[in-house]
Amino acid sequence: MEGYTEVRWHGRAQQGVVTAAKVLGETALREGKHVQAFPEFGPERMGAPVKAFNRVSDEPIKLHCQVTSPRIVLIVDPTLIGMTLAGGIETSGGVTDGAPEEAVFIVNTPKSPAEMRGELDLKSPATKVFTVDASHISMETIGRHMPNTPMLGALAKATSIVKLEALVANFRENYSKKFSEKVIEGNVEGMKRGFNEVNAE
Amino acid sequence: MATVPSTKVQVGLTGNSAVALAMKQIDPDVCPAYPITPSTGVMEEFSSYVADGKVTTELITAESEHSAMSACIGASAAGVRVMTATSSQGLALMHEMLYIASGLRLPMVMAVVNRALSAPINIHCDHSDSMASRDAGWIQIYSETVQEAYDNLFQAVRISEHSKVLTPAMVCLDGFITSHAVEGLTLLDDSEVKQFIGEFKPPHPLLDVEKPVTLGAMTLPDTYIEFKHDQSLAIARAKDVVAEVGEEFDRLTGRVYGLFEEYMLDGADVVIVVMSSAAGTTKVAVDELRKKGKRAGLLRPRLFRPFPYKEIAEALKGAKAVCVLDRVDSMSGFGGPLFNEVRSALYDLEKGPRTIGRIFGLGGRDYKVEDALGVFEELFKIADGGKVESVVEYLAY
Repeated sequence: MEGYTEVRWHGRAQQGVVTAAKVLGETALREGKHVQAFPEFGPERMGAPVKAFNRVSDEPIKLHCQVTSPRIVLIVDPTLIGMTLAGGIETSGGVTDGAPEEAVFIVNTPKSPAEMRGELDLKSPATKVFTVDASHISMETIGRHMPNTPMLGALAKATSIVKLEALVANFRENYSKKFSEKVIEGNVEGMKRGFNEVNAE
Repeated sequence: MATVPSTKVQVGLTGNSAVALAMKQIDPDVCPAYPITPSTGVMEEFSSYVADGKVTTELITAESEHSAMSACIGASAAGVRVMTATSSQGLALMHEMLYIASGLRLPMVMAVVNRALSAPINIHCDHSDSMASRDAGWIQIYSETVQEAYDNLFQAVRISEHSKVLTPAMVCLDGFITSHAVEGLTLLDDSEVKQFIGEFKPPHPLLDVEKPVTLGAMTLPDTYIEFKHDQSLAIARAKDVVAEVGEEFDRLTGRVYGLFEEYMLDGADVVIVVMSSAAGTTKVAVDELRKKGKRAGLLRPRLFRPFPYKEIAEALKGAKAVCVLDRVDSMSGFGGPLFNEVRSALYDLEKGPRTIGRIFGLGGRDYKVEDALGVFEELFKIADGGKVESVVEYLAY
């Protein structure tokens, strides 16, 4: 399965996790990649843990199973760290489950990458940890807690999976019918600030 | 195979959005609807198209799926093009009306977003819903990808309305795995769709007062069986129509659609037979084994009703061991429905493969490449003369 970049998003319902995966997929598609973006839904209620996944590849993607060893992990809600979820959903393991040594973690938090490395218990120097205060950014840019777009900006800076300009162009084009210009530009500002304010170790 | 220059841009859509878009392009006359997870998105988006005046469809919001299917039957009998979508309990509630639609020989197309049946309640994918209606006299086409779900809808309109068939059709896609996944797909232009599906010319519309007809008359033991025999012959004729329409679609788009897909089947000693999205994951397992020089292959039935048993037996006759994977359990039958069909189809071969059946993926349980590799491993042992430990059972997790 070489050639795929697999991404896993962790968040809670109403934080825009599923939309973030969708926006990433659409953007990579515009850049000529083959993509998948899909959610894992559990109980349908606000605040319930939600996962979403991406595959991005230069080759057509035949796989239709879940992502179990993601190269990139985005933790949109840091309260999920250390939680082992009950409820019988087989894949409701921890946020670090299955991630290879060379994985990239991007965490929504005001804390430093070094602190988060400790909290995530990541020992391998091959693992990269980035942090960005996406919640704070979204409060300032769109006036509500919607950390998904700043996380996408941070992703563009921390990895080569997608470019910031492509994220912005796709968002303006595909979402201008759904949202007002104010909301669109607030989210675009959120993406740019996420890009600029992401912290590396 | 036609080769069409792929100049068209790919767009990213979920399975549900692609189905809704196909419905918009088909622009059916009537769409009775009662949304249910995971097919809700289809009706949500299609009703937006109706509200925005993008289609001329009369959307009927029914009070249940039973009523939605009843309205489909009434509208189709009146002589117009009809579409709807459902899942799981919704399809189960339609069950008695499914037989009315097919028995009256009414063309219509329904997207079925496959989901498990309660109890216990579960919203995720398996094929319990559409397999429970496999004998209802509907054509059933199963889709592996978003692209296929989209493409199959146009073809289903042609197949269902074909004068030699006149039988309702279901286009099935996997709940969440396909319905909620964004994948890249190439769209048809509206004009291409219009040209491909053509105008619906009902052969015996109820509202044609110049040629009055009776639909749904009572039949006694002296005629009922003749009606059913005719119906059975009609749905069987759909097999050739599916192939013809598939070839025509191939010439238009360059995308190949047959009765089933053969993947690395040439010279394969061991073969998995599986439908819908799980076939894609199985292909990755086949690729891995082929890279190691191991002769594994896949057969993915696309058409389940009518079941192309002769062609499938022909395609599998060179294999040594076959495993049929069913995403549904017949609850103490001898294996799942797909296993029953395939094993029965292979029975008359002089020297057919040894065939086992496994139940997998119920209620959305993930089916991984490792799962497919595990099945292939067992098949290689059987192909080498090993004992079949159990002919049918659940796939080990």
